[in-house]
Amino acid sequence: MSRHVVIVGAGPAGLAAVEHALRAGARVTVLDQAESPGGQYYRMSPEAYAAQHGGPEFTRRRRLLAHPRCQWWPGATVWAFDRAENRVHVLRGQSDGGGRQRLTLVPDALILATGAHDRTLPFPGWELPGVYTAGAAQALAKGERVAIGGRVLVAGAGPFLLPVAESLLDAGAEVVAVLEANPFATVRKGWSARPWRLAAHAGKAGELARYAATLARHRVPYRFGRAVIEARGANSVREVVTAEVRADWSVVPGTERTYEVDAVCVGHGFVPQPELAVAAGCALDGGFVRVDDGQRTTVDGVFAAGEITGIGGAVTAAAEGAVAGRVAAGETPGPALVRARDRAHTFAERLATAHPIGSAWRRWLREDTIVCRCEETTYGELVRATADPACPGPHALKLGTRAGLGPCQGRMCGPAVSELCGGTERHHRPIAQPIRLGELAARTEGEPE
Amino acid sequence: MSGRPIRITVDGEALTGIAGQSVAGVLLAAGRISWRTTRSGAPRGVFCGIGACFDCVLTVNDVPDVRACRRPAADGDEIRTQSREENA
Repeated sequence: MSRHVVIVGAGPAGLAAVEHALRAGARVTVLDQAESPGGQYYRMSPEAYAAQHGGPEFTRRRRLLAHPRCQWWPGATVWAFDRAENRVHVLRGQSDGGGRQRLTLVPDALILATGAHDRTLPFPGWELPGVYTAGAAQALAKGERVAIGGRVLVAGAGPFLLPVAESLLDAGAEVVAVLEANPFATVRKGWSARPWRLAAHAGKAGELARYAATLARHRVPYRFGRAVIEARGANSVREVVTAEVRADWSVVPGTERTYEVDAVCVGHGFVPQPELAVAAGCALDGGFVRVDDGQRTTVDGVFAAGEITGIGGAVTAAAEGAVAGRVAAGETPGPALVRARDRAHTFAERLATAHPIGSAWRRWLREDTIVCRCEETTYGELVRATADPACPGPHALKLGTRAGLGPCQGRMCGPAVSELCGGTERHHRPIAQPIRLGELAARTEGEPE
Repeated sequence: MSGRPIRITVDGEALTGIAGQSVAGVLLAAGRISWRTTRSGAPRGVFCGIGACFDCVLTVNDVPDVRACRRPAADGDEIRTQSREENA
């Protein structure tokens, strides 16, 4: 009887895990919340996208979902993991719909490849309609051919801003500028040390050149050391204030500039989505799931791959997924797979060094700047609560200010609140995804075979 | 995307989209950028676009709290905007 490997997430890491678990002889069940595989990287309309992004590999891996030993469950939300019973709780059906089917799986090995979402630092006005994360702009432009605005400013940190700008231009938006907050010196130093070690990512150089050409053709300025420090408008964004920032992201006074725009998209890197790993009891390091050479977490039978172990892009994620798939299926991965994975980590290290987050971003905030978007907790309230001896720790702080207690459960404000209040981010959410009470009360159907 | 047109209503007003678009995509393409109010009454629409922030929730065919960015729009969907305003 072959091992049953359950893989959560069908992005680059999950799909590579599928391929290698199948090759090692396992029976595989793959779950993803979306209707089609690919994750955030291979955004929908994959036929069109595949041509640009390592297409053949994605196409090949996508076909594996039809393999006789593979079950593919699209529209599947894993809302909890029961450690005691080693049971994966799944809802299948329309996204956020009522009356979804409740199912459970009891795997021999579980591979978590749940990915990451954008990190956006708060700034005055970031809650206004018309301010989007870079990922939202990308998802809408790439997946739906909808531009988030007519005149858009793209800002933040990291190379992801470039494909976002390109997608916006393709969708018909005017991009007024792309701003990287880190100074050129930081970015250059981060990327250019020992360039030969980036051989695994040779394709990236060509990709960057293409983005540069696209921006130049559309006369879109790309500036280093400049950040969005405020968005203004009554019920939606009308203008955005940028400023020159130093290496620590403190504003250089007198360098402010105002752009008239109807949309802003901002991305300051990514944060992992580790809820299920936390539910499984896996140890984290700085918010990321700790894994060993075989992508094993600290919990027996639970593996992690991709952005939840560290932000490294699609190539790194796939390399980790391949190793996880082999090991979870009970095989020892070959040296080539391990080498590819280790080489890919170089890219992740570079990314972190070249595009750090400057600690002085908090000085962009004002007393009344909203930090927790759901509960509208302001910077002033957080500062007062932190100074209050009756608020001795993160738990009391949360209850006192309601930061992180709204519908997103701290997914958006968590890193900012913990940085502002000097605490550590808490990732424990017993319910990893929302479930309706009626669905919770409904009888669970057994594992379908 | 198949390119097939679909029709949905939002608070009674008819909007046209394309099969394969999310409810958020249809709303944004129609020029609507906010459709929810927070506890303080402030307007909100899409922020993260991938289901993490819950800023874009609305009511679809009488089911509340559906994330507009995650739900594919279906022909005939009746959408209502939502409020979290206190005493609303």
